[in-house]
Amino acid sequence: MSDNASATRITRGNALRPEDIAVSGLKPSDEVGQYALRLGDDALILAQRLSWWISRAPELEEDVALGNIGLDQLGHARSFLTYAGHAWDKTEDDLAYFRREPEFRSAHLFEQPNGDFACTIARQLVASHFQHELYSRLVDSADETLGAIAAKAVKEVDYHKDHSVQWLLRLGQGTEESRRRMIDGVKLTWPYVEELFEDDDLTTALAEQGVAVLPSELRESFDAAIAAAFEQADLTVPTDPGASGGGRRGHHSEHLGFLLAEMQVLAREYPGASW
Amino acid sequence: MASQNEGLHAVLSEEEQAGQTYFDKIIAEDSRIEPRDWMPESYRKTLVRQIGQHAHSEIIGMQPEANWITRAPSLKRKAILMAKVQDEAGHGLYLYSAAETLGTPRDKMTEDLISGKARYSSIFNYPAVTWADMGAIGWMVDGAAICNQVPLCRASYGPYGRAMVRVCKEESFHQRQGFEILLELANGTPEQRAMAQDAVNRWYAPSLMMFGPPDEDSPNSKQSMAWNIKRFSNDELRSRFVGMLVEQVKVLGLELPDDQISFNEDTKQWEHSPLDWDEFKDVLKGRGPCNAQRMERRRSAHEEGAWVREAAAAYADKQAQKAEVA
Amino acid sequence: MTGGSTTGDDGSKTKGTGVHESRQPWPLWEVFVRSSRGLSHVHAGSLHAPDADMAVRNARDLYTRRNEGVSLWVVPSSAIISSDPDAKGQYFESAQGKDYRHATYYTKSEGVKHL
Repeated sequence: MSDNASATRITRGNALRPEDIAVSGLKPSDEVGQYALRLGDDALILAQRLSWWISRAPELEEDVALGNIGLDQLGHARSFLTYAGHAWDKTEDDLAYFRREPEFRSAHLFEQPNGDFACTIARQLVASHFQHELYSRLVDSADETLGAIAAKAVKEVDYHKDHSVQWLLRLGQGTEESRRRMIDGVKLTWPYVEELFEDDDLTTALAEQGVAVLPSELRESFDAAIAAAFEQADLTVPTDPGASGGGRRGHHSEHLGFLLAEMQVLAREYPGASW
Repeated sequence: MASQNEGLHAVLSEEEQAGQTYFDKIIAEDSRIEPRDWMPESYRKTLVRQIGQHAHSEIIGMQPEANWITRAPSLKRKAILMAKVQDEAGHGLYLYSAAETLGTPRDKMTEDLISGKARYSSIFNYPAVTWADMGAIGWMVDGAAICNQVPLCRASYGPYGRAMVRVCKEESFHQRQGFEILLELANGTPEQRAMAQDAVNRWYAPSLMMFGPPDEDSPNSKQSMAWNIKRFSNDELRSRFVGMLVEQVKVLGLELPDDQISFNEDTKQWEHSPLDWDEFKDVLKGRGPCNAQRMERRRSAHEEGAWVREAAAAYADKQAQKAEVA
Repeated sequence: MTGGSTTGDDGSKTKGTGVHESRQPWPLWEVFVRSSRGLSHVHAGSLHAPDADMAVRNARDLYTRRNEGVSLWVVPSSAIISSDPDAKGQYFESAQGKDYRHATYYTKSEGVKHL
């Protein structure tokens, strides 16, 4: 791959597409690749979960809304994975379909089952607020491509945040049943919040170079935004201890294996095939 | 008593007569009827039924393809398929909106669908068992739908025509992506190629049946054409579709499972081997491979969503009350 | 019973319709989309939403998936007051026959520019 005109699309102003990154010829270091892989895996697993709702949502308008959010996430995943893949001469599909479970670097939150609509909204609430804090800082990354992907993603995730807050309010203050379900959904989701904000050697090293965002730095503003939303919905933020996590090291919950089995089955039946 | 009532209905009031005259004039001019215009009750009923079936078909039609979103073999295909199935929800919504202008609210249409009173296209009662079915559905099922739908953009009922314009505009990518999937498979490994041919074999006859029964067995067609709702007969559209397939299948390098396709120079129509209308009627009566499954999925999505819809409505009420107090 | 064709033509006769869902459905909203700056909002269609906040969001998701808009209006369908279709005469007759309101009414004078 060589430098060409498309590389000029990798700027923070453009509506960046994975195809632009694919032809950019930009090759990240192994470390930057690892970092992009985490962000890409988060978005990919979430997109896979959300896509299930299309044809099953509580109202047709919501089929469309969740479809949009899922598509946004899939778009982010493709951009991050395409870029990460360049570090090891792999494509987005090599990474999505031909890695084994312990090679995935997503946090546990994203692989949690959809549950009922309230549970999905609780997961969306955490995911969108986390991603928004992250991307709004990643925009200034010393790595041009990461910055450009974040610049496109941050606007979309802002909408996801709004969507989840709107539903938090409605379910939290709608009927007795919806309030009970919202509280249950939050309770099921909260153990997976802590892991999102854990720093490790990779993020520490890359943050020092101005490439990555240090997850722990996002916690304060995340908490503030979540607290405000919960207050408006007249709900309490849980204080239960977090689960042990380990997704960034490839240690996953019981759920990811099933998700991957379904996602990868066809591609693996026909290795090397083109679709 | 009953016969007297019927007698009364047969005689139009002065107001109705004026309405009928104006309606006939609009239809004769090939202009558009709009929601608040007077229209014959049978015209309204026909439209509600047709638009309803069309909307239901979009909504039930999401299922066979949605089943493959989580297994799509590449991320690009996954994105395309998600966008397509999502579009179908949108198209269902546009059409329900059009029906709503005729005084039939969506919750009533949904109720009719999940109680089994209303119909949807029988083709969605066939299973999508391989990835190649995503190609065949896009190419053949959406292709047939487009043949049907393009003339409907000029339907005499304004909101229906406008909904169809929007649907057709968005749908243009649906058929192309299906064709592209098949093309990729046809040029792939021998197994992929066999998968593509198998899907084309299975979806060919059902897609031809999408145009409805032969003209001589289609009691509603004549009236719909007289009202400028339909512009072409079932057989005319089917012939046009066969002509399209014949050309396009060559590019795919696949075969249509029909050795009797020919162009009749006299009638200028494409002919094909007879279709199994007994099977069509069977599927219609609920004996298709997936009828129960499709209905159950729609019913459970609707019922399991009830508490969400109620919560949002309750919240809106509370907010409105608060605003009133303030 | 299910079945039929997408055209709604399955060869069967028109049938009666069923019962309403007992619960109150979400109200209907009309959606208007401004396709680009400088143009007016044009009616795009309608949708259901529990309240105005959700209506404008649903409108965004449903009617602007393909860059169709830069601005949206949503209006409760019940708030739209329309002219009476039976009163076409008194509403719209007056404008007819007043050709002098249109530029095409006037004969062009040879050689006069910018008119």
